[in-house]
Amino acid sequence: MLKHLRPAFVSMGLFTVLLGLAYPLAITGVAQAAFPQQANGSLVHDRHGQVVGSELIGQVFAKAEYLHGRPSAAGNGYDASASSGSNMGPLNDKLIEREKTDAAALRAEFHGAAIPADAVTTSGSGLDPDISPAYARLQAPRIAAARNAPRGEVLGMIEAAVKPPLLGFIGQPRVNVLDVNRALDARFPMVG
Amino acid sequence: MNWQGWAEIALTLGLAVGIGWPLGVYMSRVWNGERTWLDPVLGPVERLFYAACGVDPRKGQTWIGYAGALLAFNAVGFFLVYGLLRLQGVLPLNPQGFAGLSPHLAFNTAVSFVTNTNWQSYGGETTMSTLSQMLVLTVQNFVSAATGAAIAAALARGFLASKGEDVGNFWSDVIRTTLWVLLPLCVVVALVLVALGVPQTLAAGVTAHTLEGGDQKISLFATASQLAVKQLGINGGGIFNANSAHPFENPTPLTNLITAVSINVLGWAAFFAFGRSVLAKKDVRALVVAAMVLLSAGAAAIYVTETQAPPAQVAAHVDTSVNMEGKEVRFGAPSTAVWAAMTTGASNGSVNGMHSSLMPLGGGVTMFLMQLGEILPGGIGSGVAIMVVMALLAVFVAGLMVGRTPEYLGKKIEAREIQFSMLAVLVIPLFMLGFAAVAAILPEALKGLMHAGPHGLSEILYAYVSGTANNGSAFAGLTANAPWWNVTLGLAMMFGRFAPIVAVLAIAGALAAKPKLAPTAGAMPTDGGLFVGLLIGVILILGGLQFFPALALGPIVEHFQALAFVASSH
Repeated sequence: MLKHLRPAFVSMGLFTVLLGLAYPLAITGVAQAAFPQQANGSLVHDRHGQVVGSELIGQVFAKAEYLHGRPSAAGNGYDASASSGSNMGPLNDKLIEREKTDAAALRAEFHGAAIPADAVTTSGSGLDPDISPAYARLQAPRIAAARNAPRGEVLGMIEAAVKPPLLGFIGQPRVNVLDVNRALDARFPMVG
Repeated sequence: MNWQGWAEIALTLGLAVGIGWPLGVYMSRVWNGERTWLDPVLGPVERLFYAACGVDPRKGQTWIGYAGALLAFNAVGFFLVYGLLRLQGVLPLNPQGFAGLSPHLAFNTAVSFVTNTNWQSYGGETTMSTLSQMLVLTVQNFVSAATGAAIAAALARGFLASKGEDVGNFWSDVIRTTLWVLLPLCVVVALVLVALGVPQTLAAGVTAHTLEGGDQKISLFATASQLAVKQLGINGGGIFNANSAHPFENPTPLTNLITAVSINVLGWAAFFAFGRSVLAKKDVRALVVAAMVLLSAGAAAIYVTETQAPPAQVAAHVDTSVNMEGKEVRFGAPSTAVWAAMTTGASNGSVNGMHSSLMPLGGGVTMFLMQLGEILPGGIGSGVAIMVVMALLAVFVAGLMVGRTPEYLGKKIEAREIQFSMLAVLVIPLFMLGFAAVAAILPEALKGLMHAGPHGLSEILYAYVSGTANNGSAFAGLTANAPWWNVTLGLAMMFGRFAPIVAVLAIAGALAAKPKLAPTAGAMPTDGGLFVGLLIGVILILGGLQFFPALALGPIVEHFQALAFVASSH
C-alpha cells in the first residue's frame, strides 16, 4: 500500500490542477470570448440596460396584463437561487388539494374552459420558463382586455412565439413566458 | 402517448449505443496503448504524469497490486475532497460566501463523489462555492469515472492472459482514460452546450429586476464544464439543486438530447472496448443486446406510466394525458421517461424531471433498473464488468443443468470465480435492503421523510438503492442532510462501490492465471439468442427475487391506491 502513496498523491495533485483549474478556466475563457451572451446566463435587458431576467429562467407573473407561468416550488416561487420541484408523490394530499384549488380558480377565470395540466402543476426546477401553447392561448383574452389591445393581435403574438419540437418530434411545443411579456410591453405598453 | 414520443425515445437510446460503438474501438486502443491521433498532444502530458509519480507504465501489476493502487488513489481523493469541503469558507473563489460543510455532510459528499455516485444531500446553488464545484467536484467526476473504466480494462486482460498474473497497470489505465477519452470529449461537449445556452462564468450570479417590479437573484456557475463531465463520466451530481431539470443545465430539447445520450454513450463504449480488447466482439454484442432489451423495456414502461391519468389531475379535473408534476414543459413525458430509464440503467443519477413525482409504477421502474446492478449499461467500465459477472453466473447456471464445467470467453469458470461473482452481486442487496429495513423503524431516520405510507417507504428504499448502486438520484422529498442519513448512505456508497470492484479484480486475477482454451464444440455458445435469453433471465431473477417484496410494499401498493383513487374520483 505504501508504495502506492506517492503516485496516488502526485497524480491526484496533477489531476486537480489539470481538471479542476485548467479545464474549467479554459472552457470559461473560450466561452466568454465566443458565446458571451449564453455564457453569462442568457440575460435580457430593458431599454436602460437594466437586467430584467434571463430568457431561460421563469419569473413571477401575477398581473392581468401579463402571460402567467406555471406554479413554482422554488423558494417562494421562481427563486432562481434555490431551484426545486415539489417532490410530492402522486397521491400526496397537499398536491391534490393544491391542484384542485388552482384548477377551480382558473376555471372561474376562464369561464369553465378546459385547463391544461401545466397550469396547475409545478415543474421539476421550479424555474420553468415555458408554458404549453394551450395555456398561453387561454390567457389571450384576459391580456387583451387588460391592455386594451385587439384580442386577435395578442393571440397572433402568442402563436408567433410557439416553439415547435425539434425536427417535429424531439421535445414539446412551448411558449416562453418572458419573451411574450416583453413583446407585449413593447407593442402595447401599459399607460401610467 | 404518440408516435413522436416513441420516436424520440428510440432515437435517444439508439444514438447512445450507435455513438458508443466507434468510441469503444477508440477506448480499447487507449487501454491497449495503441496509437491514436491525439498522441502528439497528450503523449507529453502522460509522460509528465509518469515521471512525477515515479511509475513505469509498462510494468504490470497483480490483481492485488492493481486493487491496492486503486484503493490508495481513491482514498487520497476522499481525504482531499473532505478537507477542501470542510475548509470551503476560508478558501478563495467563493463569491457566494458559503461556509464550510458540516463533518457528516462533507463525509457523505466526499464518499459520494469519489465513488462516482454523486448523491447530493445538499442543494448545489445553496451550498457549494465556485471553487468547490470546480476543484473538488469536477475533478472527482473525471477520476472516479476513469477508476470504473480501469476495472473493465483489468478484467479484459484477465480473460486475455494465459497462465499469467498481470492485469495491467492501474496508473496507466486511469491516466490514459482520463486524458484520451474523458477530457477531449468533455471539452467538445462543454463548448457545444455553452453555444446552446448553458452558462460558463466565474460570477456567482446576478440580480434581475423583473417585469413586475420584483427582484430575482439568479445563481450562476461555471456550469457547462462540470455538466459535460457530470453526464459523460456517468456521475450525475447537479451543479444546481434541480439538476438537469434546471434550465441552465438543460435549456432546450437539443441540449436534453445531447446530455441524455451522454449519460449512456461511454457506458456502451466500455462494452465495445471490452469486446475488442478480449477478442470476443460477438459475445460482448450479446451482452449489449441483453442490456438494450432491458433498458428499452424500462424506458417504454415509464413512458406508459407517465401518460396514465395522474390522481391529482383527475381530482382537479384538468387535462390528464400527461403527469406534469415535476416535469418541464419543454420535455414532457417522452424526454423525461427515456432520461429516467437511462439515468437509472446507468449509474448516472442526474434527472430532468423529479422521480418522486413520477407515477407509482414509473418510480418503481427507476428503482428496479438500479436494483439490477447498474449494468444497463451502467458506469463506464463498472457496468460491463458487473454484466460480465452476470454472464459468469449465467454460464454457471447453464453448466449446472448439463453437468459440465462452464467456460466463458475461453476460460474455465470454477469455484473461485463464482464465489467472487456472488460476493459482487450480494453486497448490493445487503446494503440496499439492510439499511432500508433499519431506517424504516428508526425514528431518527423517519424524521427526514416527506411522505407517510408506501411513498415514504419508497423514499427510504430509493435512497439506499441509489446510494449502494452508486446512482445518486433520489426521491428528493427525503431530507437527507442529517447525521443518520449522511453516514449510512456514505457507508452504503462506499461498500456498494469498492466491494464489487475488489471482487471483479479478484476474478480478473484468477482468470489471468488460467490457460486460455480454444473453443470446442462442447462449450455453450455465448453469442446467440439463447444465451441472451438466459442472461436476461438470470438478471431478472436476481433483481426480482431479492427486491420484489420491498417493491410490493412501496410502489406496487401505491399503484393500487392510485387506481382506487382515480376510480372513486369519476
